[in-house]
Amino acid sequence: MTDTAWIDAALTSARPQAVGALLRYFRDLDTAEEAFQNACLRALKSWPQNGPPRDPAAWLIMVGRNAAIDEVRRNRKQTPLPEDAAISDLDDAEERLADRLDGSHYRDDILRLLFICCHPDLPATQQIALALRIVSGLTVKQIARAFLVSEAAMEQRITRAKARVADADVPFETPGAVERGERLAAVAAMIYLIFNEGYSASGDAVQARRPLCEEAIRLARLLLRLFPGEPEIMGLTALCLLQHARAAARFNAAGEVVLLDEQDRTLWNQKMIAEGLALIDKAMRHRRSGAYQIQAAIAALHARAEKPEDTDWAQIDLLYGALELAQPSPVVTLNRAVAVSKVRGAAAALEMIEPLAGRLSNYFHYFGVRGAFLMQLGRHDEARIAFDRAIALANTSAEAAHIRMHLDRLMRDSAPRDATAGK
Amino acid sequence: MLYAILCYHDEDFVGSWSKEQDAAVMKKLAVVQEKLAKQGRLGPVARLLPTTAAATLRKDDPPLVIDGPYAETKEQLLGFYIIDCKTLDEALDVARDLGAANPGGAYEIRPVGTFAPGGAVT
Repeated sequence: MTDTAWIDAALTSARPQAVGALLRYFRDLDTAEEAFQNACLRALKSWPQNGPPRDPAAWLIMVGRNAAIDEVRRNRKQTPLPEDAAISDLDDAEERLADRLDGSHYRDDILRLLFICCHPDLPATQQIALALRIVSGLTVKQIARAFLVSEAAMEQRITRAKARVADADVPFETPGAVERGERLAAVAAMIYLIFNEGYSASGDAVQARRPLCEEAIRLARLLLRLFPGEPEIMGLTALCLLQHARAAARFNAAGEVVLLDEQDRTLWNQKMIAEGLALIDKAMRHRRSGAYQIQAAIAALHARAEKPEDTDWAQIDLLYGALELAQPSPVVTLNRAVAVSKVRGAAAALEMIEPLAGRLSNYFHYFGVRGAFLMQLGRHDEARIAFDRAIALANTSAEAAHIRMHLDRLMRDSAPRDATAGK
Repeated sequence: MLYAILCYHDEDFVGSWSKEQDAAVMKKLAVVQEKLAKQGRLGPVARLLPTTAAATLRKDDPPLVIDGPYAETKEQLLGFYIIDCKTLDEALDVARDLGAANPGGAYEIRPVGTFAPGGAVT
């Protein structure tokens, strides 16, 4: 690894803690970011010569804070300076600062930094862009590439999001237990959004968006390190790991979706699966169930099956039942129906999804799944209608191509037996 | 004499390596390992999953299970090697070779008292 690559990694890993602390000092996101940037520039000059400091985050916080205070001093000579005593003697400053950065303090700094990115007024895409910029430190160019928009458009999106956050007045005092819990839940949701933005990509966007999955996993691990006893954060981390473990098998060379049943399971990343299973194992011991844990447990059952036919569908059906209670949604019921079709057959599954027709009338997957059930039941004409509707609703060409494959199979299977169909 | 080389590193830092950086480090470490293996001096080697996957059993009365690693430290135990060396200097040389392949962090070199190679697990 070259010197710069090595320093880049050190700066990236120190970033959430350093920007979080600087935000606490200056209570202004732009000032905090600028201070961090300045500190990074100095690190690039100083670290290759003097070697890296023992605690890069503390070094960056101290240097960034001093640089920002100098800036204030230059710009506003007349105004009184803040915390003069804190900046006068710097000899042992790193040591002392490091002492003060005890776990609990910087834990709330990082949580706050993540939390301001999930302001409820911000649409999901802006939350994600802001978090990737501020917390992860991705460049605007990198984020723009992941979202398939121009750099200028992304710059504007982030600027707008920042302005809204600046007006939002996020409290800076240490949060109480209830508030901390609420922040944690909001941040977990935002991290899962980042993950899904990467996971749900298809076609040409797959490669571009994969870093979003990796970044979400990094943030989830960071959050879990701050809150090691939170089963839902274990669940979130496990869920991301178990889903991302399948990344190499989810698309074929042409960029088309490969369904779970047809994936080459030897391509699954066993190290990620091991970590995900360990986390879900740990989470279950707390007996405080939650939506992330249930979803991770479902993903774990898929990950444990060496062959598709080894999948414990009965257990998956039960877990989806629990998820319906924890987080009722027609999409969850639709997913449950897939498990039900494996355990009790397509007729039971079809019956289960009929009542969803109204709420999912514009949902691609509803018609894809419905078509598949009808096809299994030999109701080919109805299946064709459902598949046609699915194609009309497809969000990506890969989705449409996948349904077309079903249609082709339907044609092949039904053609010679047309005379007996419908009996 | 058998020595354990315990690898400590800031796991946030290691976690910030790109896949390519990580692979490059592992490749360099493999070269060092291969050399030791050829000399018949390499025992078990392990790279541990992140400390977030760890649980700790505190042997209080009653014993208490805590999520996370045993110690909250700036650097975490991320893996270990067991190697056969005649002297501490030899073991330090191995650690230096490993260190050249893997920037940052620290190695603790500890002589092994009792060693049971096991064998059931591969």
